[in-house]
Amino acid sequence: MRPPSLRRGVRGGAPLPLLLPALIGLAFLVLPLVALLVRAPWRSMPELLTSTEVWQALQLSLVCATAATAVSLVIGVPLAWLLARVEFPGRGLVRALVTLPLVLPPVVGGVALLMALGRNGVVGQWLDSWFGITLPFTTTGVVIAEAFVAMPFLVISVEGTLRAADPRYEEAAATLGASRFTAFRRVTLPLIAPGIAAGAVLAWARALGEFGATITFAGNFPGRTQTMPLAVYLALQNDPAAAIALSLVLLAVSIAVLAGLRDRWMTAS
Amino acid sequence: MTDPETTTLAAPEPAGEGLDARLVVERGSFRLDVELTAAPGDVVALLGPNGAGKTTALRALAGLVPLTGGHLRLDGVEMDRMPPDARPVGVVFQDYLLFPHLSALDNVAFGPRCHGATKAEARAQAAAWLERLGLAEHGSAKPRRLSGGQAQRVALARALATRPRLLLLDEPLAALDARTRLDVRAQLRHHLAEFEAVAVLVTHDPLDAMVLADHLVVIEDGRVVQRGTPADIARRPRTDYIAHLVGLNLYRGEAEGHTVRIDRKSTIATTEDLTGPVFVAFPPNAVTLHQDRPSGSSARNLWHCEVTGMETHGDQIRVALTGELPLAADLTTVAAAELGLRPGARVWAAVKAAQTHAYPA
Repeated sequence: MRPPSLRRGVRGGAPLPLLLPALIGLAFLVLPLVALLVRAPWRSMPELLTSTEVWQALQLSLVCATAATAVSLVIGVPLAWLLARVEFPGRGLVRALVTLPLVLPPVVGGVALLMALGRNGVVGQWLDSWFGITLPFTTTGVVIAEAFVAMPFLVISVEGTLRAADPRYEEAAATLGASRFTAFRRVTLPLIAPGIAAGAVLAWARALGEFGATITFAGNFPGRTQTMPLAVYLALQNDPAAAIALSLVLLAVSIAVLAGLRDRWMTAS
Repeated sequence: MTDPETTTLAAPEPAGEGLDARLVVERGSFRLDVELTAAPGDVVALLGPNGAGKTTALRALAGLVPLTGGHLRLDGVEMDRMPPDARPVGVVFQDYLLFPHLSALDNVAFGPRCHGATKAEARAQAAAWLERLGLAEHGSAKPRRLSGGQAQRVALARALATRPRLLLLDEPLAALDARTRLDVRAQLRHHLAEFEAVAVLVTHDPLDAMVLADHLVVIEDGRVVQRGTPADIARRPRTDYIAHLVGLNLYRGEAEGHTVRIDRKSTIATTEDLTGPVFVAFPPNAVTLHQDRPSGSSARNLWHCEVTGMETHGDQIRVALTGELPLAADLTTVAAAELGLRPGARVWAAVKAAQTHAYPA
């Protein structure tokens, strides 16, 4: 068998007006990453990556992204189920509202969170005066900001999987005496587990890279609210080498995520 | 030719035990209105063409489709407002819907578990059911590893494991290939005969219905057009659909003594002496075809017809004819060749009065 060729296939070669922009597009996406690797201060890398600040930021990022993903799972999966399985008036509107944080500039999300949960916020003032709970500029605030931005990814992904899953399995479970919740727990959940996992990874990756909502709602306090992306941005001002090193760590994490998802996406026909 | 509206089809008187239902489901322009009664131990088949509403009726019995009217009682208990998980009903779905992530054993144990059995109890019950259906060694297999016949039996075991008072089977043999079908049909007949409560199955296959069920309810366009025993329905079909299923020529007309007037132009001579609206039926092999008008034939019915189609039917050739009456005739390949039959050819068709069967409409 001949190896597949770029210009000659069964259906003829790729026409130049398509091939040229395609190659430019590819270069556009890959070049910055290559540049990052080229300019990386490989020699001083071990030193840069073992500093307390880097470790603090990395640890905080991982903990907060994981917590935000957990929050998204606990409230996002039921929300996805509601959207996919229950007919109610205004369902389209609810879906649009859920999707909004996907397209909203994260900084706006951060401001909105301040208005809701800040010390003088719509809900925040009661949290403060009744329970003495303050959310902004705390680690919990980071988790909230990340969950706000990341959860829609999970909801959309899980809802899509639910829609593709055959609802008649739930009917079969019902005829066997399962309540709707039992059917969800013992039949639907195992069936859509791969979709939930993919949604969780997406949400986790989005939370890990979250910048705008976090810095607006939680601020930038090393050890408390300074996550990796914030640290990268700050380092770039006074220590570019450190910024590159931190960026490489995030790049490595992204590649690991992609590798974890390759069965779902890379092999998609 | 027939008008189902005029046939009154009262269901048998309901007993205290068993099923007593009038299922009314309206959805857009479609209206299902079917009365069903059955005593414990009965096997009822809902037979009808695609889109007749059979599956909707089954889903209404299971509680998966709400009734918009009528009633539903099982063993004297009102069920029409019960959610599906509260009904003592077991369902074998057309494509079985075995849970793909659970083993055959856990699929069967699912029902008992939902009814409050501990995990160990549920599994013990499931194992007993699998054993009973001859699947003891397949308990640990995932559904995708099972053959069609095995999956069907696991689905039956799963439905029976909740000890339902009403067992519903949706096209139980449709997903099987012809060879497996024969075996599974025989097994299913055996298991249904053992089942002590009411069983209702839905099928579009008259053979399945006649082999598996004691009572047939024929549904067309959301309404019952005929009900009775398989033998009764095979002998006295009341609609074209059933006549076609059981392979009979069927006509509806007005009887005056031994003559039945079909339209204005044609009549059929019969042996029965009847008056008023009747059906006349005769099998395709009662029809003889002739090149020239037969003289001195004893056949009382003679029509000049045109051949519209021919197809092999077993070892015979079935000829479709039009003319005074639409007709199907069966003849041997040799006879067809000798007559030089081809679409468009004109022939004489003869049927002896003794081979027709007339009955009140």
